Amino acid sequence: MREREMQSRGTDMPTQERKLLLKKMEISVAEAEKRTGKNAVNMQETYTVYLIETRPVDAASEGTNPVPDSLWRRYSEFELLRNYLLVTYPFLVVPPLPEKRAEFVWHKLSADNMDPDFVERRRVGLENFLLRVASHPDLSSDKIFYSFLTEENGWKETVFETGFQAKADSRLKALNATFRVKNPDKRFAEMKHYGDELQSVISQLLRVRARAADRLYGVYKVHGNYGRVFSEWSAIEKEMGDGLQSAGHHMDAYAASVDDILEEEEHYADQLKEYLFYADALRAVCRKHELTQYELEMAAQDLTSKKQQREELATGTIRTFSLKGVTSKLFGQETPEQREAKLKMLETQIEEGEELVKERNAECEEFVKSAWVDIERFKEQKDHDLREALISYAIMQISMCKKGIQVWNNAKECFSKM
Amino acid sequence: MSGSVVDNTVSSGNSSAAIPTDVSGQILDLDEDDDLEVFSKDTTLTDGSSFNASMQTSPASMINQYKFEEDADTKDIFVTVDNPESHVTAIETYITYRVMTKTTRSEFDSSEFEVRRRYQDFLWLKGRLEEAHPTLIVHPLPEKFVVKGMVERFNEDFIETRRRALHRFLNKIAEHPIFSSSEDFKIFLTAASGELTSHKKQGPGFLSRMGDTVKAVAAAVRGVRNRPQEFTEMQEYVEAFSQKIISLDKVTQRIVREQKEYLEELKECGPTYALWSQSEEELAEPLKNVAGCVDRCCKETEEQVKNLSDHLIPVLHEYVLCADTLKAVLRRRDNIQADFEAKTEALATKKANRDTESKVLSLAWASLVGRSPEEVKQQKLKGEIKEMRDDLDKAEDRLEWANNALKSDWTRWQKVMRTDLRSAFVDTAERNVSYYEKCLAVWESFLHSQRTDAEGNGKVDFS
Repeated sequence: MREREMQSRGTDMPTQERKLLLKKMEISVAEAEKRTGKNAVNMQETYTVYLIETRPVDAASEGTNPVPDSLWRRYSEFELLRNYLLVTYPFLVVPPLPEKRAEFVWHKLSADNMDPDFVERRRVGLENFLLRVASHPDLSSDKIFYSFLTEENGWKETVFETGFQAKADSRLKALNATFRVKNPDKRFAEMKHYGDELQSVISQLLRVRARAADRLYGVYKVHGNYGRVFSEWSAIEKEMGDGLQSAGHHMDAYAASVDDILEEEEHYADQLKEYLFYADALRAVCRKHELTQYELEMAAQDLTSKKQQREELATGTIRTFSLKGVTSKLFGQETPEQREAKLKMLETQIEEGEELVKERNAECEEFVKSAWVDIERFKEQKDHDLREALISYAIMQISMCKKGIQVWNNAKECFSKM
Repeated sequence: MSGSVVDNTVSSGNSSAAIPTDVSGQILDLDEDDDLEVFSKDTTLTDGSSFNASMQTSPASMINQYKFEEDADTKDIFVTVDNPESHVTAIETYITYRVMTKTTRSEFDSSEFEVRRRYQDFLWLKGRLEEAHPTLIVHPLPEKFVVKGMVERFNEDFIETRRRALHRFLNKIAEHPIFSSSEDFKIFLTAASGELTSHKKQGPGFLSRMGDTVKAVAAAVRGVRNRPQEFTEMQEYVEAFSQKIISLDKVTQRIVREQKEYLEELKECGPTYALWSQSEEELAEPLKNVAGCVDRCCKETEEQVKNLSDHLIPVLHEYVLCADTLKAVLRRRDNIQADFEAKTEALATKKANRDTESKVLSLAWASLVGRSPEEVKQQKLKGEIKEMRDDLDKAEDRLEWANNALKSDWTRWQKVMRTDLRSAFVDTAERNVSYYEKCLAVWESFLHSQRTDAEGNGKVDFS
């Protein structure tokens, strides 16, 4: 299963993207383990750690098969890595992590983070995350990512040393604040809208699917009762006994088969969930673009007003409203020396302002260019992956139907011997 | 002749009973009454060749009448129930069904008949057959109406389910070696409505029916003392069978409920995929395709649920009712035996009284007076005893007949039950296979469409 996952998610990429970490290195999240330790406030806690194994690609082909390098990481470290990437590459659609808590559960699945099934699915999800990052044209060459995979100790400190947290905090504040962009880029607005829709529809699909899975489970399991009753009934019958008894066994098999069926469907649900979270990442890029746009507009606005102030000061006319202007009207104009000083200050500010606008403009253009490239890449990846997911869903349904045909044909044979 | 038959049926290993099991020996032992015994017997019993379907005759000849294999070639009567129609009168609204008969039997005036009958008429027929043959097994009728399912009497599905059940009922009667020759059955199939109504009124009076019931209750209260082992085994089987068939009925109904709930959820899946396709470009087509597949699977699931409800559940339900019928038949047989045992005991008591009295008499008065009041009393006792003996003989014959009838019909019933339930389950299995085959085809067509699509675009490698 894991091999299949690796193939379908990480390495099945167009060849031009092969200049990637993944080409040089095999990465996997091999195991999960429970640990107990003291947390930040010195209290005992239980948590899970995941074993990351890496091995140079050539090593395997050489036939020596050396022991892979490995280190243990917990979920919070993955989160830290991702936050760093988000802040450092705001124009990229950063691959999402598997969900923190189990959502869209149906009754059989536990919502408990310690549940072995949940841990296993999370292990797969974390591996998938690493493979996605390692196959991204820009992210895969990041040094912090590389050391995440290779340096067990001191990695956290290295991350904090980059100072990304400061940027993170300010960006976060800005993102959460409401602001209005005067000239929104239509493409990004559409993308954001698409992100909203994708998130909404996948959530709905996951909810409906979970409920349907619950019901299907019930249908199959009730058939197990046939097995029990047939078996009891066969005890009081002479000629019918054998047929009933063997039919009963097939009913038991039918009831038991639903467990595998639904486990496979969980993988499909996980594939959908990844894109649910990807939708969020996409929206984040759009919002960050809005922010850069906004900052540019603010700088441009500021520059314009400063230029106007200079003009007014130079020509003596007051067009822009300013408190100074009003007070000077009321209390008389300033001295020529004061005016001179003010003009000089404004000139400096305008120079700085123009620099800022140029900077911001370049930033914006750079952002738009990089973001749009990555969005196109993301679109292709999404279309490919989701189509694959739909196909694998169909294959699952076919497998389920084939099992059903087999069981009921067997049961029919037994019944006809009744 | 009756002695040998009685030996087979009545003998049991239970020797602690107050009444000896081989009663025939006791009756014949009483020497003074030998001549009376011979004269009082019903002579038709010794004649095994005369056979009248609606009269009880010698058990031995009865057994020969049972045909266990109903070959298609020997089937000479075909009955169908269809075409339900609603009738509205001032007092009530009711449904009638068309009953068509095709037959080559000579006792029928013609070869084809078509009449209309309502549920009440079927009930009447069933009652008549049960009355005439208390220890034969009459196939159950569908119930009056299903209260817990909250089904209206005039709901289409209900009417169709009832029609099928009525059809099965009549066919079971037609296939039964005894019932199919019943006069009441013939009238049911052939008489015009007015004729049927007047025939119904001619049945044994209500009071006589009451009388039988009272006697039956009295006997039931007394209970049977020496039930033969095979009937006890039958009862145990019926108890167990009843439980199993009730369980199967419940399990099947639960499956239907769960599937309906599954269907409710599944119905929302298709539209969600369709909604999604509206936001997508490349993915729009596969998503719409999946939406269509899910919708088609929904339809198939709906049909499968309906099949279970329409075909398997009614048959299981019928056999739940059958189990009750079997219990009633066994009870009636027990009552007949209890009646016989009671009469046997009463006769023995009476005889013992007479013996005691006659001893007293002969000692005191025999030489003195000649014909004394006590002698008259003796004469009266003799008469009473003769009457009781006649009654007892009839009861004995009734029991013998009842036991043999039940045994033969029991074998027959088991075969029919096996056939019915086997074909019901085989049918269900076939339908399930068909359901999965249809869904399989739906998803395979999706795969096929994606395959040709993708290979055309050079996107996906399916190898």
